[in-house]
Amino acid sequence: MSQATQAAALHDCRKVFAETLIALAREDERIVAVCNDSVGSSNLAGFKAEFPDRMVNVGIAEQDLVGVGAGLANGGMIPFVSAAAPFLTGRALEQVKADVAYSQARVILCGQSPGFAYGELGPTHHSIEDLSWLRAVADLPVVVPADPIQTAQAVRWAAANPGPSYLRIPRTPVPEVTPPGSPFQPGRVLQLTDGNDVTVIATGTMVSRALQAAESLRSEGIGARVLNIAFVEPLDTAAVLAAAAETKGIVVAEEATITGGLGAAVATLTAQERPVRLRLLGVPRSFAPTGSTAFLLEHFGLTPGHIAAAARDIIAHASR
Amino acid sequence: MLTANQNEAQLFRDVRARLARLSPSDAAPVLSEIAQRVRRDDLQMVYRAGLGHLGGDFSVIDILVTLYAAVLNVDPAHPLAAERDRLVLSKGHTAGALYATLAHCGFFARGELQTFAAPHSALNGHPNRTKVPGVETNTGPLGHGFPVAVGIALSARLQGSPRRTFVVLGDGELQEGSNWEAAMTAAHHGLSSLFAVVDRNGLQQGARTEETTQLEPLAAKWVSFGWEVREVDGHDHAQLLDTFRRPGTTRPVCVIAHTVKGKGVSFMEDRAEWHHKVPSAEQVDVALQELSA
Repeated sequence: MSQATQAAALHDCRKVFAETLIALAREDERIVAVCNDSVGSSNLAGFKAEFPDRMVNVGIAEQDLVGVGAGLANGGMIPFVSAAAPFLTGRALEQVKADVAYSQARVILCGQSPGFAYGELGPTHHSIEDLSWLRAVADLPVVVPADPIQTAQAVRWAAANPGPSYLRIPRTPVPEVTPPGSPFQPGRVLQLTDGNDVTVIATGTMVSRALQAAESLRSEGIGARVLNIAFVEPLDTAAVLAAAAETKGIVVAEEATITGGLGAAVATLTAQERPVRLRLLGVPRSFAPTGSTAFLLEHFGLTPGHIAAAARDIIAHASR
Repeated sequence: MLTANQNEAQLFRDVRARLARLSPSDAAPVLSEIAQRVRRDDLQMVYRAGLGHLGGDFSVIDILVTLYAAVLNVDPAHPLAAERDRLVLSKGHTAGALYATLAHCGFFARGELQTFAAPHSALNGHPNRTKVPGVETNTGPLGHGFPVAVGIALSARLQGSPRRTFVVLGDGELQEGSNWEAAMTAAHHGLSSLFAVVDRNGLQQGARTEETTQLEPLAAKWVSFGWEVREVDGHDHAQLLDTFRRPGTTRPVCVIAHTVKGKGVSFMEDRAEWHHKVPSAEQVDVALQELSA
């Protein structure tokens, strides 16, 4: 790990989420925030203070939350429907499917505190299934920003997009990993490092860890190509297939279950189009033990060390 | 997306304009005639497709026809006009009733009804807003339309618009908890432009509502949730029109429309089995005679 990475400031992306939403709301009076008693946990107090009429709090009622969002969209508003990711995507999954995605309602679903952000609160509050559930729903972009820069880009992209979307807003503190001026486009990865030995595909909170892994691999003479996938859906199939063709294998890292998430997407694509050696890092099909976010990420092998080890394992198998 | 025929859209505008000048009792015979034609078309659609929900269709058709033909500010040639009134059919399984009503109101050609449930038809077993003009949100799973209607009414409030929102609910559907979340939200915001119309036919798919999970005292439930409640005969077009024309005051309005499942066909009326039974050719003939009397 370099001095620069060690010194990097860590950010809670909810802050820039709220700041960007307020900035957009100043420009466009159609923007409303909808929440489920989650003004605090969605960091929407500032929005509420500036736009009290445009802050709709339906109370603890997630099915209503998402349906009301779809109705506001029908009436010409642009609703950012924000709630803790496990409840937004779990409790209201059928509303997400029918009222939002199938109805093509211009609703921006904002899943707060995803993955293991709620640490010790336990599996009821972990949102590790959301990527799998929402990948299975048609016509719904699934967007996982990796840092504050991408969070702001994601909010702006979603506000301008004429259809629905799901934004998974990180709460686990992350450093900035996105070079200034980087594009943010559906179906396009952001390649963060060059390398033709092995590829590391990461999303969200795992991107900074993938970069740290790539740095240690580079010191060993292994060139790792790091792809930051913010759009889990639609997937950048060309970049994934190029990585499969040009490197010895792919490590995928996500703060989510490996049953159906980004790793599964990469596996499905490459198995059919360009078989390649894969290592999928994520949560196996199990409920987490008690522990902090940091403990759980370590417990499930979602650290720079584990990512680097998986990359070395691919190289070792390829050279046999 | 299906589109309106300009001539039929103009005919609908003329009918609407004429009905707007009539008292509820004078408008009722016109609405009744339209409703019987809608029932006949729906019956033939379901027979042709070999599937559908005639029982619930026939209990809700008088409500839908009254709303589309005489209450809603809608223009079939501009189905997405920003200031239109909205109708959400939450009991989406009665799509046949909705399609036949929309076709009779000029939203798309009546001939399109023949494609109901055929491969690639716009007229799916449950309504799809991206394919059928006049449909506001995709329904089918129960308990979805009401929260969406609350959001629509909230959008009108935020925009200072006088447009009205109607949501039509099945009575059995009220067993879904999401409805009561929506009822609380609407009352909390005092959404007096919102009408929830309950098609109270007393039957759900397999049995009477009161034998399944009882809804009564239903009116008291709505009152306790902060709603104004009006009870009407859901097949009396004059009563329906009168109550729909009277705006809400400070609270959202629940219209409990007492209806008969399978209304209009003697052997279907108030029988649970006609929830989704398909008639034989002979039964279609008898039903058409009764619906033409």
